[in-house]
Amino acid sequence: MADTPQESAMKAEQEKPRPYGTGYRLIGHDYKTPDLIAKVTGRSKYAEDFRAEGMLFCRLVLSQMPHGRIRRIDASRALAMPGVKAVLTADDIPAQADFLNDNGQTIKANQWGERALTNEPMFFGAPILAVAAVDELTCAEAIEKIDIEMEPLPFVIDPLESLRPGGKNPHADGNVWTRGKSGEELTELKWTDADFAEYEQGRLPMGKPMGEWSYGDVEGGFRDAALVLDESFVTPDVSHQCLEPRTAMAYWQNGKLYLHTGTQSTYQTVPAIARWLNLRTDQVVLISEYTGGGFGSKVTGTVIMIIPAILSRKLNAPVMMRISREEEHYIGRARPSVLGRAKIGFAKDGRITAIDYYTVTNSGGYENNDNGASSAGIVSLLYQPPAMRWRGVSVMTNTPTRSAQSAPGGLQGITIIEPILAQAARKLGVDQVALRRVNSPEGKAEYGPPSHGQRTHVTSCFLKQALDLGAEQFQWKERLARPRRVGSKARGVGVALSCYVGGTIGFDGLIVITPEGRVRFHSGIGNLGTESVIDVHRAGAEVLGVPWEICDVVWGDTSKGMPYTCASGGSQTTHAMTRAAYAVATECKQKLKEVAAKSLGGSPEDYEVGNARVYRKGGGAGLSFAQAGQKAIALGGIYDGHEAPDDVHKATRAAVAAVAGQGLVVAARDKAPRDGNTFSYVASFAEVEVDLDTGKYYITDFLAYGDVGTVLHPHSLGGQMLGRSTLGIAHAIGQKWVYDPEYGAPVARRFYQNKPPTILDVPVNMQWAALNIPDPETPVGARGVGEPPVGGGCASILNALSDALGDDNFERAPVYADTILASYEAGRPLQHPLMASI
Amino acid sequence: MAVIRDVMPAFDLLQPESAGDAQKLLQQHGSDAWVMAGGMDSLDWLKDRIKKPGVLVDLSGVEELKGVRATGDGVEIGAMTTLTEIANHPGIRKNYGLLAQAVELVASPQIRNQATLGGNVSQDVRCWYYRGGWPCYRAGGNICFADTPVGRNREHAIFGANRCVAVHPSDSVPALIALDAKFVVQTSGGERVVDAEDYFVGPEDDITRINMLRPGDLLTAIRIPAAWAGARFYFEKVRDRNVWDFPLMNVASAARLNGGTIAEIRIAVNAVSPRPMRLQAVEAAVRGRAADADTGEMAGKLAVEGAVPLQYNAYKIPLMRNLVKRAVAGAGQPQGSSTLASNALAQEATCRS
Repeated sequence: MADTPQESAMKAEQEKPRPYGTGYRLIGHDYKTPDLIAKVTGRSKYAEDFRAEGMLFCRLVLSQMPHGRIRRIDASRALAMPGVKAVLTADDIPAQADFLNDNGQTIKANQWGERALTNEPMFFGAPILAVAAVDELTCAEAIEKIDIEMEPLPFVIDPLESLRPGGKNPHADGNVWTRGKSGEELTELKWTDADFAEYEQGRLPMGKPMGEWSYGDVEGGFRDAALVLDESFVTPDVSHQCLEPRTAMAYWQNGKLYLHTGTQSTYQTVPAIARWLNLRTDQVVLISEYTGGGFGSKVTGTVIMIIPAILSRKLNAPVMMRISREEEHYIGRARPSVLGRAKIGFAKDGRITAIDYYTVTNSGGYENNDNGASSAGIVSLLYQPPAMRWRGVSVMTNTPTRSAQSAPGGLQGITIIEPILAQAARKLGVDQVALRRVNSPEGKAEYGPPSHGQRTHVTSCFLKQALDLGAEQFQWKERLARPRRVGSKARGVGVALSCYVGGTIGFDGLIVITPEGRVRFHSGIGNLGTESVIDVHRAGAEVLGVPWEICDVVWGDTSKGMPYTCASGGSQTTHAMTRAAYAVATECKQKLKEVAAKSLGGSPEDYEVGNARVYRKGGGAGLSFAQAGQKAIALGGIYDGHEAPDDVHKATRAAVAAVAGQGLVVAARDKAPRDGNTFSYVASFAEVEVDLDTGKYYITDFLAYGDVGTVLHPHSLGGQMLGRSTLGIAHAIGQKWVYDPEYGAPVARRFYQNKPPTILDVPVNMQWAALNIPDPETPVGARGVGEPPVGGGCASILNALSDALGDDNFERAPVYADTILASYEAGRPLQHPLMASI
Repeated sequence: MAVIRDVMPAFDLLQPESAGDAQKLLQQHGSDAWVMAGGMDSLDWLKDRIKKPGVLVDLSGVEELKGVRATGDGVEIGAMTTLTEIANHPGIRKNYGLLAQAVELVASPQIRNQATLGGNVSQDVRCWYYRGGWPCYRAGGNICFADTPVGRNREHAIFGANRCVAVHPSDSVPALIALDAKFVVQTSGGERVVDAEDYFVGPEDDITRINMLRPGDLLTAIRIPAAWAGARFYFEKVRDRNVWDFPLMNVASAARLNGGTIAEIRIAVNAVSPRPMRLQAVEAAVRGRAADADTGEMAGKLAVEGAVPLQYNAYKIPLMRNLVKRAVAGAGQPQGSSTLASNALAQEATCRS
């Protein structure tokens, strides 16, 4: 690292925000994406909209027990029905296999991992068999003729109950996750009665952890503090609730599987399908032109989508598997609840002196999903404690499979820590914005525990500027001066810092300049609603200097040639794929010059590219892009895709081969340097008005101010800033699971019971803005934005509520009217303090 | 038997075009028939495959059951009139604004476009155990899953529990009770006209029914007498979400004031009991008193006497106390006097347009 943290912080302060689009023709300017009309007119076809000749339907049977073992299945009466074609059970599903990842490493199969169907369902709603028939009504009637004999097994849905002495295990192998020789392993952990001594007081027990790290002098930090707070807080389990459930339709042609489904990552889903079905990747064609939301639950699809593929192969007919809203509730993934406790020391000016942080994560029924562990890294970055310790445990329970959900761990860490910061500011008499400012990261801020004696750092951070400008735009000081109480109405304002990872590196781009002079970008990104599938290629068009009108983007069908592309998860796409687009467009310019030199004489250096032409510097002979495309075909080899560069990924080489001969075919890998890891940041501001007679509250104003690097496409950025803030707000105001612990079954299974927020639950004039300061460690300067606003969306609401009500009203999210009313009446929190899913 | 909670079962779809034909079909098929108005409640039951009628009598083609008609004494609203039509009806808005306010807060614009008044008052309870197909008392079983030490009962009853602790979920009913509406029911024995509050059946009388309708019966209209036209109204609904949500509780009142004194008043509360509650003791107690904060406080305290909370719904006691307080003291204020509630409604109107 060239600069010390202090030097980089000073440099960061000198960077100034700039209007969107400054210095660019395309980047930072709004435009009409090519998928827009189809989306707003309903012409876009999602997986469920496809039909194929002779298509059959299949439907699932889900476990009605939270944990059990199938003893016997008698499907004879179902199979005897006219129109019933097959019954698929766990015995028909390929065994889990080891696989090689992108880096050539062998990843061992997880023996506790989720399979498409199972004989030992680990949660109420786990799929146990599927029935294929000529239509869905026949499927349903057949299902009701199947007799399933199951042996009930012990179950537990509350992680703390599992950790109690003598507590039940969710699985015969144990209840907590540990890092073993061959990866994640399940083992047993029970705490002591003494560990639970303060449970009834709402203080999170902190028994033996399974993971921990620390840096700095934590105890010294508390000794030096002017104020030390020790608080517990519980974040909710929240289903992803994608509007498009994970429906899939499959058929086979000439030994290849054609699968229609919704996924976040078009290219990256193919290896997952191949792995689940024990196929080669060239045997899988994925069609996923439109995806109705993912939020982390469809990063590479979901394992159940192989069910129609297996049935289709078995029956030699296309098979459609539609998923209902209730089924989506079970198999659609969810964010794990994190039970957190943090002891934080503060100096008089609000500066954090130390954090001691403990998390218990409810990882659900199959794979480990320790969001508590990931939350700790975010906490160490966002609040820059000079000393910090994290300890935690990730607990398996008999509840649905968890997965990443927008800002996994980030939301939980921010939601656990921010209310403590708000309380500290009130106790110290420090302004809330000032307290955040003094603790916020800046420049190449360090974070996390040391590795080999060195802490890692970020590429850049300008969050203090976002906080300052946000406070100004939100009129923070003016709002503080307004009356807090009018009649039965109490008003409160809240601010929160927020951040999440914002980019990876090292992927490939692919461009074809056609004989007609069109510039065609091949996009392996999923069309999950963020528009990155198209937006990132504007960076390529910018480099080539071509008008956007002559550019086409091919996406959503892997048979059309997809370069090696990042998974659209972890907010990495904008960053990773603008870099790839930049790299391939730069290489494309070079190839155009080479084609011109080979066709017109001279050397490539004699030429330049502009106005959709390659021409001699200073004037003279040149080629239009159409001519260059034609010449490339004539030249063949490396110019028309009959040869591929050596340094691109094998998947890119396959894509090059797929489009060989179609024009000037250019592939390149992003090799631009980067110092640090990429994160994006948001300062979130909210105001609420609470009716103390009813507990009902309204969010009256909201602003998310982003430090997200160069703004690529303002409209889609705004959609992300506000949409993802709303996702976070959902955790504060109402979205959650409700489980009956006696039966281990969910009682809230539908939208009207889970209560994702509606458009009327957020303010009319919800606002966003962004600094538009480029990240210095990436060519275009753009960072990802999907996840960074989420934690701030939730925490700013919670902080506004405690500003209105005081500190002793709630200890978990979401905060409903009943929470407020009951606590306000009693003068103390009246919730069950340490349990989510009530 | 394996379970699937999707795909409507097959049934015979009968679509009569007159109320007479509808009633004949219902009587012909008896308990094998399911009567469907707007379908907002029915389709859930059917798609979940929990109810499997042999015959579905769809009333959507019965024109005579639709619309708002002036009568010699007030108005008559056909049972198949949509909530949107009622909310927008100038005569209802002018004279019976309490009902317009109430139905405008039901569910969402899309649902109100389809949902009918007859359906809204006749809908089944929304206890998540019962709706989820759990074999509870109301479903013919012998247990209440919500009323156990760990049962999830935040949205359940604080009054009138009798094995079942589900609450009546309608928003329109309290307004209709406050307006002294009459329900017109065609039975095999002829037409019966009953007071709004008498239409409903509590679990103590019949735990598997929520209203008086028996197989073959048909609710055809709801009449609102002129007695309360233009009275001073108060309606408030508290819900988790600002649209598409059932009430945590709602309150409706209609009052005639003499100067600042309450001359006559009717108050009803819903989502507190398996039956909608008319608060007659409160009405009697506040009659002749000033419509002010003190009377409101007294009324609120009186209203919650005898309330029995479950594990997770104790908040309903202060909520009911405060809503009744407002309905008495604030009678005459428009619903959601808060600017924010008004904003939410305005925003919904914008979204609609």
